Amino acid sequence: MLQFIIRRTVGAALTLFLIGATTFFLFVAAPSDYASLACGKDCSPARLESIREALGLNLPIAQQFWDFMSGIVTGRDFPDGHCAAPCLGQSFYSGDMVWDTILDRFPLTITMTAGSMVVFLVVGLGAGMLAAYKRGSTVDKVATGASMVLSSFQIYFLGPIALTVLVYSTGWMEDPKYVPITEDPVGWFVGLSIPMVVMSTIFTAQYTRMARASMIEQLAEDHVRTARAKGMSQKYVFFRYAWRGSLIPIVTILGIDLSALLGGAVVTELTFSLQGIGRLAVDGALHKDLPLTMGVMLFGAFFILILNILADIVYAYVDPRVRLS
Amino acid sequence: MTSPTKAEGSGSTVALDPDLASTTEVAKPKKLEGRSPGQLMWQRFRRDRTGMFCAGVVISYFVIALLAPVITALSGTNPYTLYGQDPTYADQPVLDDFGLPLGYLGGVSGEHWFGVEPQYGRDLFAMLLYGMRTSLFMALGVTTLLVITGVTIGLIGGYFGGRTDYWVGRITDFFLSFPQQLFFIAFMPVVTAFFVDPREETPTYFRALAILIVLWLLGWMGMARLVRSTVLSLREREFVEAAKVSGASPWRIVRKEILPNVVSPILVQFTYQLPSTILTIAFLSFAGVGFVEPTPDWGRLFAAGAKYAEQDPAFMFFPGLALVVFVLCFNLLGDSVRDAFDPKSGR
Repeated sequence: MLQFIIRRTVGAALTLFLIGATTFFLFVAAPSDYASLACGKDCSPARLESIREALGLNLPIAQQFWDFMSGIVTGRDFPDGHCAAPCLGQSFYSGDMVWDTILDRFPLTITMTAGSMVVFLVVGLGAGMLAAYKRGSTVDKVATGASMVLSSFQIYFLGPIALTVLVYSTGWMEDPKYVPITEDPVGWFVGLSIPMVVMSTIFTAQYTRMARASMIEQLAEDHVRTARAKGMSQKYVFFRYAWRGSLIPIVTILGIDLSALLGGAVVTELTFSLQGIGRLAVDGALHKDLPLTMGVMLFGAFFILILNILADIVYAYVDPRVRLS
Repeated sequence: MTSPTKAEGSGSTVALDPDLASTTEVAKPKKLEGRSPGQLMWQRFRRDRTGMFCAGVVISYFVIALLAPVITALSGTNPYTLYGQDPTYADQPVLDDFGLPLGYLGGVSGEHWFGVEPQYGRDLFAMLLYGMRTSLFMALGVTTLLVITGVTIGLIGGYFGGRTDYWVGRITDFFLSFPQQLFFIAFMPVVTAFFVDPREETPTYFRALAILIVLWLLGWMGMARLVRSTVLSLREREFVEAAKVSGASPWRIVRKEILPNVVSPILVQFTYQLPSTILTIAFLSFAGVGFVEPTPDWGRLFAAGAKYAEQDPAFMFFPGLALVVFVLCFNLLGDSVRDAFDPKSGR
């Protein structure tokens, strides 16, 4: 177990380093640099040079990369202040420390994602199990049909519809906004309920289908049939035998979907004009802001890698046949 | 010489006789003809009503998109004219004083079948048709490229196995660990900057090329994994070993023995991949880093729809409905193709 965690952590660190390197060199290799963009169309060479110097762009590229990467471990000193240990540099565009900006924006993304994950896991798995339990009935047909149609919807289509119905035309709710969950959990829930529902709808539909298929497959297994044959109650077999087995493929897919979840959060943020990580990525890209882009990419990748390791541990817990080694 | 066997009329000599052989062949009932796996698949697919219907819908989307200029010639509109601002059309007002469409459902009328865009007064029908053309054919190109790359990499990993497979697998994992959507957003401008000076206007073709490259870089892994695992199991099969023993070159084994057996998973994956590529392209335009004004694009219509949602919610209706129907049909088609190839995988 411990060995597994150590091995995976080392692998994750290596992957992060490579992602950082790829991001950095792709960004630097592009013929345009931020300095000339910030300088504008009629730029004197002297001014361009001064901007470069201020941003540290006059240093050799390898040196810049080293400064950035070592800054994450040791921290860096900038002319206008020190940047403590996990230092992701200073944004070219706004001048803020990237780490602080990310910490400022990230709670929105992560709480919204976690919230909708709870929704889609509870509703999706519940509906899927119910459909499998009552296979062939009206409930099953409705659940299957609805999940098929809903999974074809897109967040950027469903979002404006939800806003039109719930906010603009009826005034039942207010425009989505973010209130820190630590300050006001109720306000957080009310403010983010529409984005969370919209974001979870598509995932709910997908997980309903998956849970149903997985459950039906489990119910056809030999050990389930044997349990039924020796007289165990339908409910006991369903929940103690089939349910646990049907979770295995779902945990696997959930682990694979983490990146898609983050992507879904990004789309949701953009749809509802919320200031999260996705907006940050768009800003970084549109302003050619290298440190900001690096920070967002590394942070996103870090998160996915950590959660992937967690998913593998959960996987081993759910499926006793799997041994972590 | 009179052959005793001929006199006896045994089977083997009958077959040797050209006259008799031809008559027996004609007499043979047609049912005995062998069917290739492709024919079997096609037969099963044809019986699947949902699948056939959805295939029809999907094909008609592509045909409509391809014929966008012809159809818009019929409706007499085009996606670039600002019907609300152009003085030529001043006698047919489409927008009110606030820049909102006149009439119902976003200004649906005889001239503007799906209504007009608020503020500019562009024709939504033409924008949608041209937008579909951009998105669908872009996605077709990207997906084909992804499939070719994924299949090649998967074949290399699966066929050679061992150390090659290990490193190919590590590279695949590495690409998989990128936060995909964030990468797409972050690298669109960067890749565009490879071709054009960022201070100048980017031509649409370079934007399309940039989208192609970005999606291609991070899109091949699923296919590569699928092909690798299939090839890995095929590699140990007897017919491949037989080919090896009889001295076939690796290229021949891959081409003649392995590829025909991975065609069906590839095709199934392709039908799932294509709609998701369309959605990713739409997502890029929605985020504001894909296609930009005035290129008509499906995703851009959603960005505009989100902008106008408060004043003119009807604007979103037709593009959204079209997308939902398309994705739904494509997903159902994917399921049908899978079922047709593998009758065991019943739903």
